[in-house]
Amino acid sequence: MAKRPGQKEKTPRQAMPEQPADVRKHNFEEVPTGYTIELAQAEASRCLQCKKPSCVAGCPVSVDIPGFISLITMGDFTGAIRNLWSKNALPAVCGRVCPQEIQCEGRCILARKGEAVAVGNLERFAADYERAYGSGALPPKAPATGKRVAVVGSGPSGLTVAGDLIAKGHEVTILEAFHKPGGVLVYGIPEFRLPKEIVAQEVNFLERQGVNLECNQVVGRTMTLDELFEQNFDAVYLGVGAGLPRFMNIPGENLIGILSANEYLTRANLMKAYKYPEVDTPIPIGKSVCVLGAGNVAMDAARTAMRLGADNVRIVYRRSEDEMPARKAEIHHAREEGIEFHLLTNPINYIGDEIGRLTGMECLKMELGEPDESGRRRPVPIEGSAFLIACDLVIVAVGSGANPLLTQSTPDLTLNQWGYISADPETGKTTKRGVWAGGDIVTGAATVILAMGAGRKAADSIHDYLTWGW
Amino acid sequence: MFKIVRREEMAQGTVILNEIEAPLIAKKANPGQFVILKAHEDGERIPLTMADTDPEKGTITIIYMVVGKSTAHFRDLAVGDAYQDVIGPLGKATHIENVGKVVCVGGGTGVAVLHPITRAMKAAGNDVTCIIGARTKELLILEEQMKSASHDLRICTDDGSYGRKGFVTEALKEVLDDETVNQVVAIGPVPMMKFVSKLTKEYKVPTMVSLNPIMVDGTGMCGGCRVTVGNKTRFACVDGPEFDGHLVDYDELMLRLQAYGKEEKECYEEYCTLRDA
Ligand SMILES: Cc1cc2nc3c(=O)[nH]c(=O)nc-3n(C[C@H](O)[C@H](O)[C@H](O)COP(=O)(O)OP(=O)(O)OC[C@H]3O[C@@H](n4cnc5c(N)ncnc54)[C@H](O)[C@@H]3O)c2cc1C
Ligand SMILES: Cc1cc2nc3c(=O)[nH]c(=O)nc-3n(C[C@H](O)[C@H](O)[C@H](O)COP(=O)(O)OP(=O)(O)OC[C@H]3O[C@@H](n4cnc5c(N)ncnc54)[C@H](O)[C@@H]3O)c2cc1C
Ligand code: SF4
Ligand code: SF4
Ligand code: FES
Repeated sequence: MAKRPGQKEKTPRQAMPEQPADVRKHNFEEVPTGYTIELAQAEASRCLQCKKPSCVAGCPVSVDIPGFISLITMGDFTGAIRNLWSKNALPAVCGRVCPQEIQCEGRCILARKGEAVAVGNLERFAADYERAYGSGALPPKAPATGKRVAVVGSGPSGLTVAGDLIAKGHEVTILEAFHKPGGVLVYGIPEFRLPKEIVAQEVNFLERQGVNLECNQVVGRTMTLDELFEQNFDAVYLGVGAGLPRFMNIPGENLIGILSANEYLTRANLMKAYKYPEVDTPIPIGKSVCVLGAGNVAMDAARTAMRLGADNVRIVYRRSEDEMPARKAEIHHAREEGIEFHLLTNPINYIGDEIGRLTGMECLKMELGEPDESGRRRPVPIEGSAFLIACDLVIVAVGSGANPLLTQSTPDLTLNQWGYISADPETGKTTKRGVWAGGDIVTGAATVILAMGAGRKAADSIHDYLTWGW
Repeated sequence: MFKIVRREEMAQGTVILNEIEAPLIAKKANPGQFVILKAHEDGERIPLTMADTDPEKGTITIIYMVVGKSTAHFRDLAVGDAYQDVIGPLGKATHIENVGKVVCVGGGTGVAVLHPITRAMKAAGNDVTCIIGARTKELLILEEQMKSASHDLRICTDDGSYGRKGFVTEALKEVLDDETVNQVVAIGPVPMMKFVSKLTKEYKVPTMVSLNPIMVDGTGMCGGCRVTVGNKTRFACVDGPEFDGHLVDYDELMLRLQAYGKEEKECYEEYCTLRDA
């Protein structure tokens, strides 16, 4: 690896070019347009090539950050992507959606004094370069073992398991409930943040390697988990995500105009309803929109509503700015696009007209009290502060839970108190022989990279099992 | 791809039957369950109940009324054409048990949904009376099939053009007055289920209805299908589609079915104009 002398930081962090806010808020194209080679190399040259790189410790899958960055500075982009692939199967995705500021970039030595190296942007650059100019050559594949693995769910964790196990010579079948593969990457995260083309290419790459993809298969309904073993699968990985929408349970919640973020984003992304009536699935168009919550899901919903032609879009969140869980980049982009933030505000009641349509939302002002179990200061209502926000569309993005569809039909799978599957954090083994689980269905809603990390560990453990036994 | 192997028109072409190749689903389905179908790449996901299944042949049968753009598109599919996606079986299967006397009440295309349930109720040893209704004679479907699925079939039309004149609720009231009924199953337009449930509540007869809210995924992940049953929010695609008829908030369901009314009407009209042009 090229060693660079402790270079002083001169070059500032290279911003990635992006569509101007007043243009992009009317289209669904990707917001940041990507580094040029010059920008990428300028940014890469900022990395100090630390001997004990703290950034790597911040990455859940320990990407060799100085390694791939130095390959970019040397102009060896193919080497850079190979280096990335050895730890991370979906760099084009992670470069775009990882919460870098609390992971790799948050730990970068340069972040202490100034601005961190743009690890995510560089990762995206290497992956995009490969997609555009790479050979598309398939990775080497071990001789066939004759073992068969079923992967349930085609989100990032399932895709990772499939990729790892096909390379090790096993036969892999992905079973996906939706009509399209990709999990949250296709139904949740919008086109303007993660073009669906990228996900489709990643899936295609797996299929070219021999992974068998079967959509429209709802495990627990179309077939049970036990039936998969009857069909001679030797091992099963469950990566079914945390797709159960949570509502606020406040009066009036079933009025027309109140949707879960899952429904709203599925209509917009998976069903492409933003092209309605060119496509057949409609989506409600709000003039005055409120989004409840302040995570990535909320930002995505708010920015989608803006693009669909809302006059105003408000994020309504019961805690304060500091507690907002979304990636900093998304909050920043949302602000630029004119999304308003109503913080320390909590809805208590929906109001509708005589034909059942939402017309407004009654809210309370909150203040921060003592810290709660999560260590964040608990929001408490301010007496007599009730006020009304007029709105015709509310998107509820206050979190999600475990969908019981599969687990209910598999009684011998141990669940934790919230209904998530209990699995060994190191291996992904569940309490049921031959069954592994990982990603959001084990941890609760988390991140793409954590779901992939869990997939990689499980793939190793499945491979051991298929080689040596349980 | 899911090929159509048989197609029939009923009720003057307003109701269509498709028998579709879907071996995995056919093997697994039970009465009361539904599938979600999507005709083509940009199509909508449409829930329809399986009116019949043939596990040996590997086919399922759907019967649907043409009401909007997507069902109009389905109508244009011929034998040999295929649905791009069929997902299922979804929802809970009907609880079938020998309870004694059962009355099955169906209206409109609800009769198609009712048919496999009626047959199963009879096969379980129940004494089954069946009451089916339509606005007028030409719109009545599955008369022969319902006759053989039950012990006693009664027909009502709103205009008196066939069977007795009047609503199914009137015929049901007669049966309830004459005999001890242990269970009623009512499937049809929401107002019909509402009034049947109102009546059977007076007679304290347990009543099961099958609800048809707007759905997207059909697996419990969007919440678009939420209905209020016994003052609790339930997801019809996973908790239902069948519920205790005495506890359902029908007025809310009727309003919610209109959520996309305006957009869909425009879309349908545009589709028809294009198609007829
Ligand atoms: C709107 C949104 C924005 C997000 N933004 C970010 C972000 O910016 N950065 C980030 O790191 N993370 C983000 N996340 C979180 C991240 O997407 C998830 O943590 C991650 O996708 C979890 O991956 P997974 O593989 O565990 O499950 P999922 O991606 O949820 O995939 C699960 C798959 O399993 C399928 N499935 C479910 N049940 C069955 C069944 N019974 N049979 C067959 N298939 C089934 C589902 O249809 C789905 O395709 C976001 C999430 C959402 C919803
Ligand atoms: C579990 C379930 C089972 C069903 N089984 C059958 C069946 O066996 N046969 C059958 O004919 N229909 C059935 N339906 C209803 C069917 O799904 C709708 O008629 C269909 O979605 C309408 O689609 P469209 O695009 O053609 O019409 P749209 O353009 O979507 O709607 C046209 C009109 O129908 C109303 N509408 C929209 N969605 C529904 C809905 N889900 N139910 C009732 N009205 C609706 C709209 O408000 C509008 O007025 C079922 C629905 C569910 C949820
Ligand atoms: S995978 Fe994510 S956390 Fe790891 S280096 Fe890449 S962007 Fe950073
Ligand atoms: S900590 Fe920052 S400067 Fe050091 S190797 Fe990592 S990215 Fe480069
Ligand atoms: S249709 Fe989405 S939860 Fe029922």
